[in-house]
Amino acid sequence: MSMPNETVEIGLTVNGRSHRLAVPASATLLDVLHDFLALPGTKKGCDMGSCGACTVLLDARRVNACLALAAQQEGREILTIEGVAEGGALHPLQAAFIARDALQCGYCTPGQIMSALGLMAEGGAQNRAIGEAEIRESMSGNLCRCGAYANIVSAIVDAASSPA
Amino acid sequence: MTSPFAYARATDEQDAVRLAAQPGATFVAGGTDFLPLWKAGLAAPSRVIDIGRLDLDRIEVRDDVLVIGALARLADAAGHPSIRRELPGLAQALLASASPQVRNMATVGGNLMQRTRCLYFRGADFACNKRVPGSGCSAIEGENRQHAILGTSSACVATHPSDLAVALVALGASVRLRGASGERRLALEDFFLLPGDTPERETVLAAGELLVAVEVPRAPRRSAYLKLRDRASFEFAVVSACVAAELRDGRIATIRLAAGGVATRPWRLNACEAALAGARLDDAALRAASALAAEGARPLGGNGFKVELLQRTVHRLLADVLVTPTSP
Repeated sequence: MSMPNETVEIGLTVNGRSHRLAVPASATLLDVLHDFLALPGTKKGCDMGSCGACTVLLDARRVNACLALAAQQEGREILTIEGVAEGGALHPLQAAFIARDALQCGYCTPGQIMSALGLMAEGGAQNRAIGEAEIRESMSGNLCRCGAYANIVSAIVDAASSPA
Repeated sequence: MTSPFAYARATDEQDAVRLAAQPGATFVAGGTDFLPLWKAGLAAPSRVIDIGRLDLDRIEVRDDVLVIGALARLADAAGHPSIRRELPGLAQALLASASPQVRNMATVGGNLMQRTRCLYFRGADFACNKRVPGSGCSAIEGENRQHAILGTSSACVATHPSDLAVALVALGASVRLRGASGERRLALEDFFLLPGDTPERETVLAAGELLVAVEVPRAPRRSAYLKLRDRASFEFAVVSACVAAELRDGRIATIRLAAGGVATRPWRLNACEAALAGARLDDAALRAASALAAEGARPLGGNGFKVELLQRTVHRLLADVLVTPTSP
């Protein structure tokens, strides 16, 4: 058991690489990505689970990294925006965001993309058309203060309807 | 503002209860309610007991009840085939809760234990009897559009925020609690306390006691959850309601109704139920019963609109669920 200010040792996999870390008992997964693993792509917006900028995939499901205690992640597999492109090639969803101009300032974009990846993985969605209304509902955990929503939805429609 | 805490990972239920016996300890599972409270200085445990690895996340279908482990994620419960098929009101309440990300993290037990979203509770610059007992309530004379019209006291008018709890109360669910001296079981309705003079106490849970499961009776009944909010998604209810009813020969054989967004705890609509039991399914009867939904309401300066909104919500729910020709 750790004492206040002490650290907890955890092993976890991030973007396919294994790490053993001694993290503060109260550190969030978001802070550990930034401060211990030098992965700044996952963004801190509200830091209270409301904006979705910190969305990552945890064991293949989208979560808010700001609401996850790092100490609880022993043995988990995490995918961040830095691990989405493979071999230098953009993921089709990333390409669709560019093609559809689905961003302005870009701060929410990593979270939007990770959330949309989670959406596409849920319920075998690759094998069926996802409607715009369903996308809007399912992306409600991700805010875009530039208001690029229409193009974000279009990018997800494109990526979800193209063969993976 | 945040204070450091120690961390311990519980290996089983017994270990969790033993670890939590020490003062200053708190259970954490999904963390979606605890971490924002801790970051805002509203929770300052000396030790966090991680119960996330306990074997309490299963959903089990028995002959007479559906047992939902306290650590089942909201998303998993919402997608469970038996819940979707037999308890649509429960599935709808789960899918109307929070965001997809939060539903992948938050647990059923944690959702029932979540604390109020009252802005005066969350904002440390204001008096709040729930946060600092005896300091006063800023909401009673303040911005209280979101606050309760039922079950309030002169100490607290905060609404209970859970959609899930409303559906479970309507469905007649029970909770199983595990403490140092064994397990007990009680109706979910009796799990939540009215604020009275001690709004800081929200449930009957004793210190160190662990919510281990929720049990929902299985019966051939219709159910549905209707939630009204200020934006289309990822928002707490302004008013919500859930109905669970058995129909027989064009009449309502049994019915349970509960409301959210309007009360200090999930609110059973007893007067409506009494008016509807045995009633024929015609719109006049449903409308007359719905008019009783806010019986006993004591609106504040900013939330008087909830009286009529609650009545209309209940009527719309009953009309949609009971009159439309679907089985059973």
